[in-house]
Amino acid sequence: MDGNAWGLLLQGAWTTAWISGVSILLGVFLGLVVALLRLAKIPFLDQLLGAYISLARATPLVTLILFIFLSGPTLGINLNRSTAAIMALTLNTTAFNAEIWRSAFNNFSKEQREAAMAVGMTPWVYFRRIMLPQTVITSLPNLVNEMSFLVKGSPAIAVIGIVDLTRVTNRISAVTYDPLPPILAAGALYMAMIGLLVWGQRIAERKANRLAM
Amino acid sequence: MSNWEILWASRDVFWQGFGNTLTIFSISAVLSFLLGSLLLFSMEGVRPRLKIPLRIFIDAMRMLPFLILAYLFYYGLPSVGIRMTAWQAGVLALVLYHGAYFAEILRGSRITLSSGQEEAAIAQGFSRPTMFLRIILPQLVLRTRGVMGNQLIILLKDTAFLVIITVRELTAAANSLSSTYFIPMEAFIVVIGFYWMISLALEQGIRFLGRIGEKRGFNNA
Repeated sequence: MDGNAWGLLLQGAWTTAWISGVSILLGVFLGLVVALLRLAKIPFLDQLLGAYISLARATPLVTLILFIFLSGPTLGINLNRSTAAIMALTLNTTAFNAEIWRSAFNNFSKEQREAAMAVGMTPWVYFRRIMLPQTVITSLPNLVNEMSFLVKGSPAIAVIGIVDLTRVTNRISAVTYDPLPPILAAGALYMAMIGLLVWGQRIAERKANRLAM
Repeated sequence: MSNWEILWASRDVFWQGFGNTLTIFSISAVLSFLLGSLLLFSMEGVRPRLKIPLRIFIDAMRMLPFLILAYLFYYGLPSVGIRMTAWQAGVLALVLYHGAYFAEILRGSRITLSSGQEEAAIAQGFSRPTMFLRIILPQLVLRTRGVMGNQLIILLKDTAFLVIITVRELTAAANSLSSTYFIPMEAFIVVIGFYWMISLALEQGIRFLGRIGEKRGFNNA
C-alpha cells in the first residue's frame, strides 16, 4: 500500500467518524426526549413510542438504511446519501438510548423527589438540578457502550454507496489488486476508534462508581 | 395491479429470502454458542495455556465491526489462496464473531459463580469437562439468558450485513424486488415485519427460558 491508498483509507475513516459522530449526538439527545415522553405516560403516544422502540430494535441497520434511502423518493422526499445514513443510524440508536435513559429514570430514588418537593422545588427545577445530573452520570457507561455499537454498525451505510472505512477497501483493492492489506489496515483503524470509546467508557465507569452514592 | 398485489405475486422471493435468513441465523446461532462455550472451557483450569491468545481474540472481535470480518473472509482471504462462497464466508464470520461475544457473556457470569460448588464437584469425582458440561454451563445459560437473548437478536440483525457480500437473504430479496418493480417502500415494510416477527419470537423464547429458570431458583438474573 502506498501513500495514496493510506490517504483514501483516512478519508474513509473520516466519513465513518463524522457520520457516526453526528448520529451519536442526535441519538443521545433524542433518546432523552423519547424517554421523557414515555415517562409522562401520555395515552396513545406512549404505545406509539413503545412500538417504535420495539421495531427499531428489531430492524437491521442495513435494511433500515435501504428502506429510508430507496423509499424517500417515492414519498417525494429527496434525500442525499449522508442524510439518509444519518437518519437511519439516528433512528436506530435513539431507540436503544431511550431505553437506557428510561431505566436510569425508573431506578432513580423517590426520596430525593419527595425532599425536593418538600423544599418547594418545581418539577422542572427538580429535574434539571437534581435528577438529570445524576442520571447522566449513572447512564454514561451504557450510553458509551451503545456508541461503540453504533460505530460497529456503521459499515451498513456502505450499502447505499457511501465510501466509508469498510467500502474504501474495495476502492483501494480495485487499483492494487490486493484486498488483504487495506482490509487489515481498515480493521486496525476501527480498533483504534472503538478502542478510544472503550477507554472512554472505562473512565466514565470509574467516575460513575466514585460519584454513586 | 396494486403494489401489494405485485408483492403477493412474488411471495416466493420473500419465502426464499426468509428461509435463507432463518437457516443462516440458526446455523450460526448454534455454532457460535458452541464456540463460545468451548472458548470459555479452554480458558478454565489452573494455568490454561490458551488464555492469553484467546483473550486477545475475544477483545479483537469486540472492537471490530462485523462487516469488516466478513470482508476479510470473502474479499481478503482469496489472495492467500483460501476461497469460500459468500454463504460459507458469511456463516464463518458470524460464528467467529458472535462466538467471541458469547464467550465474553458466559465469562462475565462465570467469575461470579461461587467456587464452593466447583470444589464439591471435584470432591465427588467429576472430571473437569463433565463438571463444566453438567454443572457450570447450565447455570450460566440460565443466569445470562437476558443478555444471551439480546446477543441472538444482534446476531439476527448482523445476518442482514451479508447482503453486502452478495448472500441471497431477506434484505437482498427486498432489495432485488424493489429494484425490479420499483416499489421500495412496500417491499421493505414486509421485510422489516419479518425481522420483527423473528425478534418477538426470540424474546418470547427467552421469557419461556426465564420461567424454567425461575422454577430452578435463578430469578435474580
